[in-house]
Amino acid sequence: MKTYLLPALKLTVILLVILSGLYPLIIAGIGKFTPGNGDGETVQYKGRTVGYVLIGQKFTKDQYFWSRPSAANYQADAGAGSNKGPANEDYLKGVEKLIDTFMVHNPTVKRADIPAELVTSSGSGLDPDLSPAGAEVQVARIAKVRNIPAVQIEKIIADNTEGPLLGLFGPSKVNVLKMNVALDELKK
Amino acid sequence: MNTEIAGVIFMYLAMVGLAIPLGKYIARVFKGEKTWLDFMAPLERLIFRLSGIDPKKEMNWKQHLKALLTINCLWLFYAFFCLLFQAHLPLNPDKNPNQTPDLAFNTALSFLTNTNMQDYSGESGVTYYTQIFVLMFFQFVSAATGFAAMMVVFKAMKDKITDKLGNFWDFLVKSITRLLLPLSFVVAVILAFNGTPTSYKGKDTVIGLQGDTVHVSRGPAAAMIAIKQLGTNGGGWFGTNSAHPLENPNYLTNMVEDISIVFIPIAVVFALGFYLNKKKLAWVIFGVMTVGFLMVLIPSIRAEVNGNPALAHLGISQPGGSMEGKEVRFGAAASAYWGVTTTVTSNGSVNAMHDSMMPISGLGQMFDMMINAFYGGVGVGFLNFYIFIIIAVFISGLMVGRTPEFMGRKIEAREMKIASLIALLHPFLILVGTSIASYVLVNFPNINWATKPSAWLNNPGFHGFSEMLYQFTSASANNGSGYAGLTANNIFWNVSTGLIIFIGRFLPIIGPVAIAGILANKKFIPESAGTLKTDTATFGIMIFAVIFIVAALSFFPALTLGPIAEHFSIK
Repeated sequence: MKTYLLPALKLTVILLVILSGLYPLIIAGIGKFTPGNGDGETVQYKGRTVGYVLIGQKFTKDQYFWSRPSAANYQADAGAGSNKGPANEDYLKGVEKLIDTFMVHNPTVKRADIPAELVTSSGSGLDPDLSPAGAEVQVARIAKVRNIPAVQIEKIIADNTEGPLLGLFGPSKVNVLKMNVALDELKK
Repeated sequence: MNTEIAGVIFMYLAMVGLAIPLGKYIARVFKGEKTWLDFMAPLERLIFRLSGIDPKKEMNWKQHLKALLTINCLWLFYAFFCLLFQAHLPLNPDKNPNQTPDLAFNTALSFLTNTNMQDYSGESGVTYYTQIFVLMFFQFVSAATGFAAMMVVFKAMKDKITDKLGNFWDFLVKSITRLLLPLSFVVAVILAFNGTPTSYKGKDTVIGLQGDTVHVSRGPAAAMIAIKQLGTNGGGWFGTNSAHPLENPNYLTNMVEDISIVFIPIAVVFALGFYLNKKKLAWVIFGVMTVGFLMVLIPSIRAEVNGNPALAHLGISQPGGSMEGKEVRFGAAASAYWGVTTTVTSNGSVNAMHDSMMPISGLGQMFDMMINAFYGGVGVGFLNFYIFIIIAVFISGLMVGRTPEFMGRKIEAREMKIASLIALLHPFLILVGTSIASYVLVNFPNINWATKPSAWLNNPGFHGFSEMLYQFTSASANNGSGYAGLTANNIFWNVSTGLIIFIGRFLPIIGPVAIAGILANKKFIPESAGTLKTDTATFGIMIFAVIFIVAALSFFPALTLGPIAEHFSIK
């Protein structure tokens, strides 16, 4: 046993220094040169930090673009999905309720035009994005509440939409927090 | 939708495209030929000198296993101790508490064995110290352990009689310095520049635009996420793993992370071809694995992209497919793709909640883990496949009336006994585990435990059964993903899966190494007209049949009660 135990012990200590000590420190050093300086990139509005670009926020007021439902209520230190199975009766009742709520707040939208992402919880509970379609269906509501022309809101969606990677791969998305900051900036 | 399909096709091509040169590189490293990472040699010499190791001292298979088990034993005690007392150790800015003994037992075993089943959440259940100095450390060394065991088998397959099978420490260190660490470095830097945090700062508190206060967990995550993917570990920095926007910020990082899951396991197959100069055999193995992979991938992508029929009945539109538990930035296709790649390998990270996926996807994911050798984990995936090869050689040898031989060695009773035991161990652990859990749940739903069995499941009916079946399958396959709805952080689940993880790791390493070691000592029989050729498509079909019969027949009844029944019950 001694032939193996002593080298194993020494090797463990040395590998700990290299892998757990040096490696993440070097990455942290390089991280200083990234957009968020390694702390995570934030969004500013009127000189204060209103959130992180990548972390979705709860938006339930009618004058904002709503985020997707979140099983974690957008607590960014305890993200979670709903983990409901696709055929779970209680779950389907919950979705039905979300659809009803959406239709009450968006009376002009037809049921068949509601994209599923607006009534289903994300995996992380912190999804920062919507699909462009998920933003479009909310335009009429926001225009009415804010009393501004719909085209201005359409423009905000268009400005913030990120297309597929290299125009080829993956879905289009639009960041909810950035759109809502842009909405608030409209009223000078 | 088309860009989503294009994305997954591109990912697959990139995986294979990168795996072939990487396989060549791995073979060169372990043959001792020149490579462009030779500048690591002084570091390796320093490591060996400080640890008093002579990397040139050859070991036989028993010595290899002794070294492997000794160092793993040591790591286990170290981890258990750290997790139990993590609140008192440094690097705990969020003031997270100690783990309970049963949770520490599960976590330590789970990371030691490359499984990374996480019954805690990264944000609150561990500290920066335990994340980096225990869990991430294990992500490197457990992958390296699997890799070293595989190298022993590679070496034993060479065509000379020998019991000199290289040096375990040499394999272990080199798989880190020449493969895992450099690749992790590259991936971590890509993640950092796309928004994954790297600093050691604790939680941040911000007041959102709407006025809600949010606490944002952070930490040096990029370093860990890189090796979690490359080492087929899967244990994330954050609780929701690669679904978390800081852990996997955009489609590009999703591609990089997903490619990182599979390309070392694929490269290993080609490395075998280059190492033994048996390229045709490598292509046969790759072919069998790929057929298995696509067989599960295509139905899963179809199901997720088409959406949940139960939601369609509610009258809404599903332009992005089934979105429950998924993230907008990845979409349904890339989430289904990840679900398959993470289960064919023993990775177990997720970018969407598997618990909410369509039953066809769940069926595929469980089937992948039940076979556990279509690509497979770093090192150990090949070891599992090796067992299936041995069985296939034996059966086809009997069928055509030839002596079963593989790589010029006779396969005899002793090797077959080991191979059969290992092949049967996996169904045994999964099915016995699931039956015990089901028995307890049905007969003692309100027994006086801290977490009553009636509170285990997050979904009723067939899906609830799937949650338990998935958990044991994932444990025995050392995968680590889960149907996260299962309430797993309690004594029953922590202990039962912990034990299964442990057995499911070390026996399937010991078995193949022993077989290979025994075979290497046998007389070498040069290939003749009477030899059953193992590098042909026919033999490929034979391996596939063996895999299918062993797995399908053992698991079909259980799968019928879970995902298959659920599939037919969705209206």
